[in-house]
Amino acid sequence: MGILKKIWNWIDDRSGLTEMFEPMIKHLVPPGSKWSYVFGSATLFCLVLQVITGIALSLLYQPSSSGAYQSLLFITNKAAFGNVLRGVHYFGASGMIIMVGIHMIRVYLTAAYKFPREMAWISGVFLLFLTIAMGFTGQLLRWDANGVWSSVVAAEQMGRIPLIGKYVARLLLGGDTIGGHTLSRFYSYHVFVIPAIIFIFLAYHLMLVIRNGISEPAKAGRPVDPKKYREWYHDMLKKIGVPFWPYSAWRDLLFGAATIIAIISLAIIFGPPELTQPPDPSFIYTNPTPDWYMLSIFSLFALMPPEIESYVIFIGPGLTIIILLSLPFISNKGERSPIRRPWAVFGVLCVVIFILSLFLLGQQSAWSPKFDVKPLAAKVVHSTDSVVIKGASLLHQRGCLFCHSIAHQGGLKGPDLSEVALRLSKKDITIRIVNGGPNMPAYGGILSNQDLTAIVTFLETRK
Amino acid sequence: MKENEIDKRRRGFLIKITLGLSALSAVVAGIPVLSAMLAPLMKKTPAIWRKVGLIDEFAIGITKLVKFENADPEAWAGMTAFTAAWLRRDTENVFTAFSVNCTHLGCPVRWEEGAELFMCPCHGGVYYKDGSVASGPPPKSLVQYQVRINKKAVEIQTAPVPITSINA
Repeated sequence: MGILKKIWNWIDDRSGLTEMFEPMIKHLVPPGSKWSYVFGSATLFCLVLQVITGIALSLLYQPSSSGAYQSLLFITNKAAFGNVLRGVHYFGASGMIIMVGIHMIRVYLTAAYKFPREMAWISGVFLLFLTIAMGFTGQLLRWDANGVWSSVVAAEQMGRIPLIGKYVARLLLGGDTIGGHTLSRFYSYHVFVIPAIIFIFLAYHLMLVIRNGISEPAKAGRPVDPKKYREWYHDMLKKIGVPFWPYSAWRDLLFGAATIIAIISLAIIFGPPELTQPPDPSFIYTNPTPDWYMLSIFSLFALMPPEIESYVIFIGPGLTIIILLSLPFISNKGERSPIRRPWAVFGVLCVVIFILSLFLLGQQSAWSPKFDVKPLAAKVVHSTDSVVIKGASLLHQRGCLFCHSIAHQGGLKGPDLSEVALRLSKKDITIRIVNGGPNMPAYGGILSNQDLTAIVTFLETRK
Repeated sequence: MKENEIDKRRRGFLIKITLGLSALSAVVAGIPVLSAMLAPLMKKTPAIWRKVGLIDEFAIGITKLVKFENADPEAWAGMTAFTAAWLRRDTENVFTAFSVNCTHLGCPVRWEEGAELFMCPCHGGVYYKDGSVASGPPPKSLVQYQVRINKKAVEIQTAPVPITSINA
C-alpha cells in the first residue's frame, strides 16, 4: 500500500469523512429524476456564489451611512475586478430568485409537497421569503439615492401594520429619520441576520431531502396514499433506485455550472446596476425604482385601488404566507401528475401571467409623471394662431404633458390628447380641465381664464 | 428514604438548577442584545428648531426646497443627517412647510412651479399647493412641518419621517 493511501486511510478513519458523507452522496434516488429536478440545486449553487461574492464585497465595502457610497464608487471604478464582482453579486441574486421561483413552481406542479414531504415545502416557503428579503436588503446596501428612498418606502409599508406599524418602521430605519443607524441595520440584516436564518432552514431543507428521499417523477394514475407511500417508496428504491452520485448529480452539477457561467457572463457584459445620486435624503430629484424582482409589487402599489391599498400592504404578504404554508395540509395525498391536476396548472399560469403583466407595466410605469418632457414642436402645433401657440406652450409649462401625450410626446398616465377634439366638445374639455376627475387634478384654481381659453383653443385643433 | 428516592430527588434538583441557570444566562446575555435591537424605540428624539434661511431670501408665493439637519444626527451620519422640506412664503409673515415625503409610500415629491402641483415620481401621486391630494394613490394630504420666524430667520421644527398608518 502506497504511503499516500496510508495517510488517507488514517485521515478517513479518524475524521469519519467517508462514513459521514458517503451515505449522502450515494443515497438512492428514483430513476427518471431528470432535468426538471435541477432547479433546487441551481438555487443552492447561486446561494454559494452569493456567499462567496458577498464575502469578497464585504472586504471592500464600508457599511456606514456616510461612507458606503464612496466605497461603492471605489468598488465599481477602482478595485481590481470590483465592477465584475458587483455584477456577479447582482446577477447572482437575480439568478437565485429565478431559480427559487422555478423550483417552487416545479414542486407545486408535480405536487412533490404531498406526503411525506410537507415539511420540505414549509421550510421552502420560508426560504423563498428569506431570499426575497435578501434581494430587497441587498438593493438597499447599494446605498445611493435609490437605496435611501427604498428604505423609506420599506418603512412606509411597515407603517401600515395596525397598532405597531410606526414602531416597526422606526426599528427598520434605526430612528425616526434616515440617519447614521439606517445602513448599519440593513447591513446587519443582509449580512448576518437573514443569512443565519437561511442557513438554518437550508440545512433542514436538505436534511429532509435525504430523510424522505426526492420525490419520484409524478405519474398519472399513481396517487399518493399516506398509509402505503413510505413502504412503496423504499421498495421502489431498493428495486430500481440509482445512486445520487453520479447518475443524478451530474445534471445538477452541469446545470449549476452553466447557471454560474451565465451569471458571470452577464456580469461581464452588462456590469452591475449603475449607482444613482449620492445618498443624501435632502436631494429629492430622484426617481426611486426597485430592482426587477420587486417591480411587480411596485406596479401593484400604483395600480390597486387606493381604498384597499393599506389593507393589501398589510394583509397581502401575511395571507400569501398562510396560503402557501397551509397548502400541504389542504392536499397531502392523491394525484401528483399535473395532467390530473388541471386547476393547479391553471393557477400557476394565472399567477405567472399576473406577475409578468405587472412586471411589464412596471417597466413602462405609465403612472409616473414624465418630468423631462419637451415642449411641443412647431410642426406638431401646426398653427399660426397666437392663441393656439400659447395654448400649446402652456400645455408644456403647466405640466399637462407630464401625464398626457400629443403626437407621442408626453406622459402615459392620462388619455392621449392627439385627437381629443374628435371625442370631446369644447364644453366637455373645459369642464374636465376645470373640475378634474378621479385621476386628474382640478385646474380650476390653478389656471387663469385666459390660460384656460388658450389651452382649450389649442386642444380644439387636435383632430 | 430509599436510595432510589434520594437519587430521583437529587436528579430532579440538578435538572432544575441546570435549566434555571441556562435560562438566567440567556436572559442576562439577552438584555444588551435586545437593547441594541430595540435602541431606536427607546431613544426619544427631540424636536429642534433649525434655521433654513433669512426671511428676505424667500419671495412671496414661491415654493422653495430647503435643507436642514435632523434633530439628533450621529457623528457618522454624514450626508444622511439632512432632510429637505418644501417651504413657501404665503404672505409677508406666513410660511408653510411641507414634508417631501409622499403620503403614499414615502417617495420624494417635487414642486412643479408651472403646474402649481406637487408630484411624486414613484406611483404618480399629485397634490395641490395646499398639500391636499389632487390625484393618484396617496391616502392623505402632505404632512406639514412647524415653521416660525425667529428675528430675521425662518426656522423649521424637525420631525420624524411621516409614516402613514393603516387608518391614514
